[in-house]
Amino acid sequence: MRRVSDAPATKETATSASSTSPRSYLAAPHRWLELTPSLVRRQFQLLLAFASLLVIVIFFSVVNPHFSSRSNLTGILESTTVVGILALGTTFVIITGGIELSLGTGMTLTAVLTGIFLVHLGLPLPVGVLCGILSGALIGFINGTTIAFLGIPPFIATLATMLIAEGLALVISGAAPIYFSEVAGFTGIARGTLIPWLPNGVLILFVLTVIAAIVLNKTLLGRYTFAIGSNEEAAKISGVNVRRWKIAVYTLSGAFMGVAGLVLAARLNSAQPALGVGYELQAIAAVVIGGTSLQGGKGSILGTLIGALIVGTVTNGLRIMSVEPEWQTVIIGIVILLAVYTDILRRGRAST
Amino acid sequence: MRKRGPGLIGVMAAALLIATACGGSGDTPGGGSGGSGGDRPTIALVSKGFQHQFWQAVRQGAEKAAEEFDVEVTFEGPDSESEVAQQIDMLQAALDRKPDAIGFAALDSQAAAPLMEEAKRRDIPVIAFDSGVDSDVPLTTAATNNRAAAALAAEHMVELIGGKGKVALVVHDQTSVTGVERRDGFIEYIKENAPDVEILPVQYGGGDHLESTNLTRAIIEGNPDIAGIFGANEGSAIGVINAVRELGKAGEIVVIGFDSGKAQIDAIKDGTMAGAITQNPIGIGYETVKAAVKAINGEQLPKTIDTGFYWYDKSNIDDEEIQAVLYE
Repeated sequence: MRRVSDAPATKETATSASSTSPRSYLAAPHRWLELTPSLVRRQFQLLLAFASLLVIVIFFSVVNPHFSSRSNLTGILESTTVVGILALGTTFVIITGGIELSLGTGMTLTAVLTGIFLVHLGLPLPVGVLCGILSGALIGFINGTTIAFLGIPPFIATLATMLIAEGLALVISGAAPIYFSEVAGFTGIARGTLIPWLPNGVLILFVLTVIAAIVLNKTLLGRYTFAIGSNEEAAKISGVNVRRWKIAVYTLSGAFMGVAGLVLAARLNSAQPALGVGYELQAIAAVVIGGTSLQGGKGSILGTLIGALIVGTVTNGLRIMSVEPEWQTVIIGIVILLAVYTDILRRGRAST
Repeated sequence: MRKRGPGLIGVMAAALLIATACGGSGDTPGGGSGGSGGDRPTIALVSKGFQHQFWQAVRQGAEKAAEEFDVEVTFEGPDSESEVAQQIDMLQAALDRKPDAIGFAALDSQAAAPLMEEAKRRDIPVIAFDSGVDSDVPLTTAATNNRAAAALAAEHMVELIGGKGKVALVVHDQTSVTGVERRDGFIEYIKENAPDVEILPVQYGGGDHLESTNLTRAIIEGNPDIAGIFGANEGSAIGVINAVRELGKAGEIVVIGFDSGKAQIDAIKDGTMAGAITQNPIGIGYETVKAAVKAINGEQLPKTIDTGFYWYDKSNIDDEEIQAVLYE
């Protein structure tokens, strides 16, 4: 398989001058020094994001001791789960320079479809769950194909899918919620505790974070994601099948969306066909706060997780403090601005 | 990537425009055409949404009346009760279809005012329902007396928590009449009749189940000694129920809801929820269409049509009278 060759004007992508596969570094210890500047830079960003999260947690803990109770901290994780899973998947899309607006309603549609599979068709639990996740992947696949083959800008293509999914969810469900009370074990997917004290939904979030990080940093898909995002033309010229990999990226995001829909339905023990609008913006906000640039070419999974946690923590902290809801949204908007601005400043200094 | 040709983009853009115009859920059970000069009168109902089963019950009542009075009724609503702009678009579109009468439940009374004037100018009678509209244009409002209904909920809350303690409200919004009236009705009753009850700052979840669940959890975490929580509409109440269950506090905190729906009914039956106030959604739909027919025939209408509300809990949930107004 041909390696991706030099892509001009890239900074911190995985496609710099010589080969950057882990194996090549293992074979060439004299090159380990190369890793240091970018590693420190990358880690510095993450450390900064993590530090911000810590500061926020400490602040709220001081203001209200109830904030740091184990129960509440678990609550924060649980409230972050659905948006967090969406954000993980869409990090890939945003790194390629694209955008995914159908996350919210698409998630609802997969929840509804899962409801059809499990409740109306009576499929066994694992089968229905798998079909639900695959339907999410299918939505992503359709998005990717529309964008890659028809040349429709991602904003428009996913906006169209968002509307279609919205309507389909209502049509398929007959505008009525689908309840999973008859499906044994379903709600345990989100609320059960395989590990004591850790709700399964949160466990799924952590596992997906690890999987996403591995895919982004250690696989071909990850490398091409960065390549396409940094410079699509150059990637194409150097032989990357941009179309195919774009479809793969959106399909992956769709699969994550399917899992998010599953966890949402499990937590509420019902598929609510009219919900979902707005979740895509929360997911994108989480990705952006975590340091991923909307212009593409740059991003990290851990950053996304931290971004989602920052929003979830601030929201929860403000509620515990009983801050008026109007001010809550103002503050969160400011947090997003600050996070993105800090990241721009940092990148401005780091660039050569 | 070079463009594939403007033609295709143009077609897609046009398709999108059409899709956006049809965005949200609309349905024409009677498959009516323009309605003017016609056989059967058409009445266009624009509700606050499809998010809760409540609206499906309203629609049922409307369709029942449509059959009875031999008119055609269209029923539509935006995707969620926060989509004010979408509802305004729908109202505009409904007006442009030239119906014989319009039924409207405003998400935001102020935003709908210009369209109300437009309807008046075109001589299309407007019947307000549920939230009503803050305007002189509607000939009548078929609705629940939300203030009184919320006060009844407060009365039961005070009784169930023993007259003192902390109480929280999870309301859907503060721009619709129902949100405002239920919040105020509840708080006013408590202020006047139960000075030992402390009301925590009101939180708004938009009627979104997940949001309301997370919100309520935060409230309970911040106030572990909380005595009772009131969910002011179906979505909010479901969020409260979920949160109480998740934290294992079912039975410890007094939960009172609003409207019905399977989730709340089940919660009352298993004891998680103490009780709720139900409106008469089928009655609301029915009375709105009936009033519209009267308006078309030029008959006089009262200022308000009170469609009624009831308290229900485990003890009377199976009564015939209550069952008639509940919906799943």
